[in-house]
Amino acid sequence: MSQSESAVQQTKHAALGLTDEQVLEMYKVMVTARRYDERCLLLQRAGKIKFHVSGIGQEAAQVGAAFALDREQDYYLPYYRDYAFVLSVGMTLRELMLCLFSKVDDPNSGGRQMPGHFGSKRLRIVTGSSPVTTQVPHAVGFALAAKMKRKDFVTFVTFGDGSSNQGDFHEGANMAGVHKLPVIFMCENNQYAISVPLHKQVGGQIADRAIGYGFPGVAVDGNDPLEVYRVMKEARARAASGEGPTLVETVMYRLSPHSTSDEDLAYRTKEEVDANRDKDGIPKFRQYLIDCGIWNEEREAEMLQEIKAALDDATKFGEQAPFPEPEDILYHVYAGDDEGRGGH
Amino acid sequence: MPKMDYIDAIRLAMKEEMERDEDVFVLGEDVGYKGGVFTTTKGLLDQFGEERVLDTPLAESAIVGTAIGAAMYGMRPIAEMQYSDFMFPATNQIISEAAKIRYRSNNDWNCPLVIRAPIGGGIFGGLYHSQCPESVFFGTPGLKIVAPYTPYDAKGLLKAAVRDPDPVIYFENKKCYKLVNGDVPEEDYTVPIGKANVLREGDDITVISYSLPLHFIMEAAAELEEEGITAHVLDLRSLQPLDKEGLLAAARRTGKVLIVHEDNKFGGIGGEVSAIIAEEMLYELDAPIMRLCGPDVPAMPINPPGEKFFMLNKDKVKEAMKRLAVY
Repeated sequence: MSQSESAVQQTKHAALGLTDEQVLEMYKVMVTARRYDERCLLLQRAGKIKFHVSGIGQEAAQVGAAFALDREQDYYLPYYRDYAFVLSVGMTLRELMLCLFSKVDDPNSGGRQMPGHFGSKRLRIVTGSSPVTTQVPHAVGFALAAKMKRKDFVTFVTFGDGSSNQGDFHEGANMAGVHKLPVIFMCENNQYAISVPLHKQVGGQIADRAIGYGFPGVAVDGNDPLEVYRVMKEARARAASGEGPTLVETVMYRLSPHSTSDEDLAYRTKEEVDANRDKDGIPKFRQYLIDCGIWNEEREAEMLQEIKAALDDATKFGEQAPFPEPEDILYHVYAGDDEGRGGH
Repeated sequence: MPKMDYIDAIRLAMKEEMERDEDVFVLGEDVGYKGGVFTTTKGLLDQFGEERVLDTPLAESAIVGTAIGAAMYGMRPIAEMQYSDFMFPATNQIISEAAKIRYRSNNDWNCPLVIRAPIGGGIFGGLYHSQCPESVFFGTPGLKIVAPYTPYDAKGLLKAAVRDPDPVIYFENKKCYKLVNGDVPEEDYTVPIGKANVLREGDDITVISYSLPLHFIMEAAAELEEEGITAHVLDLRSLQPLDKEGLLAAARRTGKVLIVHEDNKFGGIGGEVSAIIAEEMLYELDAPIMRLCGPDVPAMPINPPGEKFFMLNKDKVKEAMKRLAVY
C-alpha cells in the first residue's frame, strides 16, 4: 500500500519500526476508547449505569505503551483509566460493557467491582483494586517471578500522578531498583488527583524520582503516541536485557472530571480545560496519519461507523446480559467454597 | 519420634517445603545471611541461595506487596514480618489486596501467600516488640489465620499454609521459640487449617486458648488435677476459620468455659468465641463465659514489673480456672 510513498521520505512511525497498519490500528484503538468513554458518560447520565471513571485525554499514551510491549507474553497491571490500554491488549467492547453494567459474565470481576477495575488472567491483566498504587509492588512481584523462573516476560504497571506519592510507589520502585527487575512503571500524569492539582501534589518532577531508586526516569509527551511508543520500546528493551526498571512519566491532561461523581468546575476553569482540549492526542494523531498519506476523511467516516456499530452492539449486549444471582456474593472468598453448586 | 524446639519446627517446615517445591521462597528483612533476627531462617540461604532466601529492603508493604504479585503469578512466597508489631505498614496490602484477590476477580486470580509474623511478649520487648495483633486481621474474610502452640502444629500448620491456595497469616509466638519443645515426626505431614485440637481432656472446666498461654494453662491444669479439678483444654490452632464445631464440643464437655489469650480483651478473639458459644448453647452452660486476656492498654511496657503485670502466667491462669471450677 503506502510502501512506495514511505520509501520516498521515511515517516516517523516507520523510523520507529511501526508499519502503516500498526499505526492505523493504534489510531483506531484510541478512537474506540474515546467513543467508549463518551458512551459510558452518556449511559451514566441517562441513569443506565451507576458510575464511570473516565480516561479521556489519556488514550494516546496508553496505546503508545501497549504497542511497545510484547502482547504475547507480558503481564499488565493497569489502573482504572486504562480503557485504551486494555482494548489494545485484547479486551473487547462487549467485555468492557459487561463490566460497566456489572453483569455476571464480566471477565474482570463478574460484576463485583466498579468499572475500570480490570483483571483477566486470559489476557495477563492482573486484578486491581481501588486503594491506589497497591498494584505497583504486585508488578514488582511479577517481575521478581520472571527473574526467578528465568522467563522472558516484562511487567508493565500504570498509575496516576497522585499515586506517585503513595508509599507503595516508592517501596515498589526501590525494591525493583535493588534487584534490577524487568518492570516498567508508567505514570499517567494527568495533572490532577481528583481536585488537587499537580503543584500541590508533587514537589519536583515525577520522572526524577527514578534517580533515587537507581534507574532511569523519562518524561514524555503523553499526547504523542509515537513518542510514548519510542520511550516504552527502550524501557522494554532495558527490562528484557536485565538492565532493570524504567519509570516513564507520560504527561497529559485529564479532560473529563475525575468520575461521574465529580463536578470539576469547582476546582478548575472551563478555559483551562478547553486550552488542553487543543492539545488532545487524538486529532493530532489523525492529522499525522493524513499528512503521512495513509488516512483520509472517507476512511475516518467508515471507521467511525464501524466503531459506532460495535459500541451499539456491545451496549445492547451489556445491558441485556444477566446480573449475577444475589447469592453469588457468597462465593469465591476461599478456594472451593462454591463446590457442589451449579451454574455460574 | 524426634523432639525439637518450636523454632526448629518452623525452620524445618520451610526447609522441607522449599525442597519439595522450587516455587517456595522466603523473603523479608534479615532472612538471608543473618538467618533472621531469631534464627528462624538460619541455614536456608546456604542450602537454597540468595534468590530463594531473599533479603529485602526495610519496607513491609513492599515485602508483602511483592510477595502478593509473585503469588498471583504462581510462586509460593513466605513473607516474613520481623515482628508482628511492624506489619502494620503492610496492612493495606494484606486486607485490601491479598484477602480480596480471589473474591474481587471472581475466582480468576488467587494469592497463595504465607505471611509469617512473630507475636507476643514476655521478652522485655517493650511496646513495639511484644504485641499480639491478631484482632486487627481477625474478621477479614479471605484471610486465613493460624497461631500454633506445639512444635508439631508449628511444622504442620506452616506446611499446610504454604500449600494453601489462599493467603494465610502465620502468627508464631516468639516466647515459644525456645520454651516449647515437643514431638515432631520425621515424615511429611500437614495440620489442617481450621481444626482445633484437644490438648487435654477433663470434665470440670473447659479452657479455650491458642499460642503461648496454653503453656501456662497446661501447667496449671496439671496442678489443678492434683487438687481434684480436671480441665478440658482446647487449642484453637486456627483463628480463621474458627473450628466452630470443635469449640462447641469442647464447651459442651463441661458447660463451663474460660477463654484465654494474650491479645487484649476488648475486641479480641475471645469475644467471637464467646458469642458462638452463647448463640449455640447458652442453656447448656453452667456458668457465665469467662475471659482472661491482656489488659486493654496499647501494649506492654519494657519495665519488668509492668511487663509481668501485663503478661499471663501459670498463677493467673490457675486462679481463673479455679474460680470457674468453683462457680
